Amino acid sequence: MTLTKADLADLLFDKVGLNKREAKDMVEAFFEEIRSALETGDAVKLSGFGNFQLRDKPQRPGRNPKTGEEIPISARRVVTFHASQKLKGLVEIHYAKQQQRRTDK
Amino acid sequence: MTKSELIAKLTDRYPQLVAKDAELAVKTILDAMGKSLAQGRRIEIRGFGSFDLNYRPPRTGRNPKSGSKVEVPEKFVPHFKAGKELRERVDALL
Repeated sequence: MTLTKADLADLLFDKVGLNKREAKDMVEAFFEEIRSALETGDAVKLSGFGNFQLRDKPQRPGRNPKTGEEIPISARRVVTFHASQKLKGLVEIHYAKQQQRRTDK
Repeated sequence: MTKSELIAKLTDRYPQLVAKDAELAVKTILDAMGKSLAQGRRIEIRGFGSFDLNYRPPRTGRNPKSGSKVEVPEKFVPHFKAGKELRERVDALL
């Protein structure tokens, strides 16, 4: 049970009234705009959900775990996500409710 | 890029749609993603990444101001893992 692009497109069809084609394109465009911004080095801040930030990592020594051979891990730029307080709160509330249900049984 | 800038970009992309639709679409998508995680349901977006919940066991923390001990209960926190396309594109221009 995983949420996918198809589920999101169905929601846009139901709630926004886009047709199937538009809904599918809109979901694709939503993620593409975020990818494009991050690609150009621009962080993405979605209030109430969270922030996507970029982190530049320097080169560091690594090891091939199979052969034990030392190989440098090259410098790279990676994406990190920081959930907003609101999202963290939502996730915790759900967990607390689940626990409550368990102890009620 | 902020949420309103994202809405503006989507509005430019779809001139045939009403501006309100792009705004409602963005809110609907983010709301659905938040609710999904809040229900413990993971999210998987091919080429973008996946959102999961990570377990944090209970621990004894400290109030940094007073130094007194506080019991922090176990909890789940959202975690994002970038997908292949996003990972490669972000790193490509470096």
